[in-house]
Amino acid sequence: MTQQGLKSAIATKPGGKPQKPAVENWFRADPEPHLLGSQCSACKTYFFPRETFYCKNPDCTGTEFQEIEFSRTGTLWSYTNGCYKPPPPFVATDPFEPYTLAAVELAKEQIVILGQVAGGAGVDDLKVGMTMELVIETLFEDDEFEHTVWKWKPVTG
Amino acid sequence: MAREIAILGAGMHPWGKWGRNFVEYGVKAAQDALKEAGVEWKDIQFVSGGDTVRNGYPGYVAGATFAQALGWTGARVASSYGACASGAQAIDNACAQIQAGFCDVALVVGADSTPKGFLAPQGGDRPTDPDWLRFRLLGATNPTYFALCARRRMDLYGATDRDFAKVKVKNARHGLNNPYARYKKEVTEDEVLASPMVSDPLRLLEICATSDGGAALVLSSMEFARKRTTNPVTITAVSTTTPRFPNTIIEMPNFSTDSAAAVAPPKLTFKDSIAARAYEEAGVDPSDINLAEVYDLSSALELDWYEHIGLCKPGEAERMLNDGDTTIGGRVPVNPSGGLACFGEAVPAQAIAQVCELTWQLRGQADGRQVEGARLGVTVNQGLFGHGSSVIVKH
Repeated sequence: MTQQGLKSAIATKPGGKPQKPAVENWFRADPEPHLLGSQCSACKTYFFPRETFYCKNPDCTGTEFQEIEFSRTGTLWSYTNGCYKPPPPFVATDPFEPYTLAAVELAKEQIVILGQVAGGAGVDDLKVGMTMELVIETLFEDDEFEHTVWKWKPVTG
Repeated sequence: MAREIAILGAGMHPWGKWGRNFVEYGVKAAQDALKEAGVEWKDIQFVSGGDTVRNGYPGYVAGATFAQALGWTGARVASSYGACASGAQAIDNACAQIQAGFCDVALVVGADSTPKGFLAPQGGDRPTDPDWLRFRLLGATNPTYFALCARRRMDLYGATDRDFAKVKVKNARHGLNNPYARYKKEVTEDEVLASPMVSDPLRLLEICATSDGGAALVLSSMEFARKRTTNPVTITAVSTTTPRFPNTIIEMPNFSTDSAAAVAPPKLTFKDSIAARAYEEAGVDPSDINLAEVYDLSSALELDWYEHIGLCKPGEAERMLNDGDTTIGGRVPVNPSGGLACFGEAVPAQAIAQVCELTWQLRGQADGRQVEGARLGVTVNQGLFGHGSSVIVKH
């Protein structure tokens, strides 16, 4: 990433460490959270993570792609959790805290996308078919930054 | 093209956590397979190795590594990697060499030595590798992908924790007398359900361990076989199929499915297509199958495979299990070896071990776990990054 790009990607929370995406150009926090995918200009297939070089549809030879902000809400396809600490490069809290994962289906893009579950919600808070909303949260912190990632949050009520 | 390749010999090194070099497991398995075949090592014309990515450079060039360990003879070699399906790729390459007439007799070997705990991505900072990123950004270990499938079964078909536990109980009983199994101990449903949760709804006793082990096969043309035996067990199909676009079921190690917004999904899902391609190649129907070795990375995934390989319709796997259809003595026993539940996974050896088990079963040599009167068996397995694996074995 260019120096300018890095600056624009880093936001500082009041009183906290600067925030930095844990992966570049996969999501956007402002003005509202979105996953950044792409769409083939020729066959209109969506991709996440974004495809930028050659279309993966075997009937298409497209090489031009548009950046697309994917839908912010979807339907919970399945879910689970991690009760044991994963190996590196996962950065675990100490002591380790279990985390929850969700696979969410986006209706318009007809794609299922994985993400951690936001706000400390556990498997008991989830049910297949419920509506989930995309948010940006901290994945882990180091001395310099809060590294952020997309997560899925159950929509209640 | 229909195939008929003779299995002259099968050999395995017992699965376990032996802590030795993987080459030793492969050499032992190869020697056993050669002995069973009555073929001298120096007569082998082609060595097909299943690679391991956990044991440095020798693991990447497994064919040459095993050939050197057994003593260089000038035989041609190939080394195959297809993750958990590496063994099937190695079998497929050996069969193709034989069918093309480039050799008469080939040795297939796969072996691994694995560290304790979760299988982890390769080291270093590799932010363009999805296998690295899934651990970094999600903590998506292999069991979390198995668990997404298990939860889906519960939601779609009303499968229960107890159904999943019963798979483990069955397989533990099957493997009790298998000399190559790592775990030879009966367990009860309650013991399974009391074991710690790893990835909800899957518990420790329902997720396959990582193991050391080795497996080997001596394969030959039918002409070569006829000089040594009158009625060999044969391979009649090997499917190493890949997905068709769009692949709409989430697969390890991906972050997403393919999108089906522009192109409709294929008629068969990837997992449904794996054995289907093998049945088509062998000219058989799922109803002809007498026994199966399937990849029970988790208890719940075994139930998925019943449906994916056509033993029953979607949603009927729990009933099959509960009726005893898939227990030894039932209609179509599944994992008579004890499966991964009793072995744990030695990645490049596993698909070869499945064929070893079917070979012994079809010859009537599976002491203590014999499926009576079996004539036709199927193996199925899947490696991450889109590797299907299914072999039809006939006697």
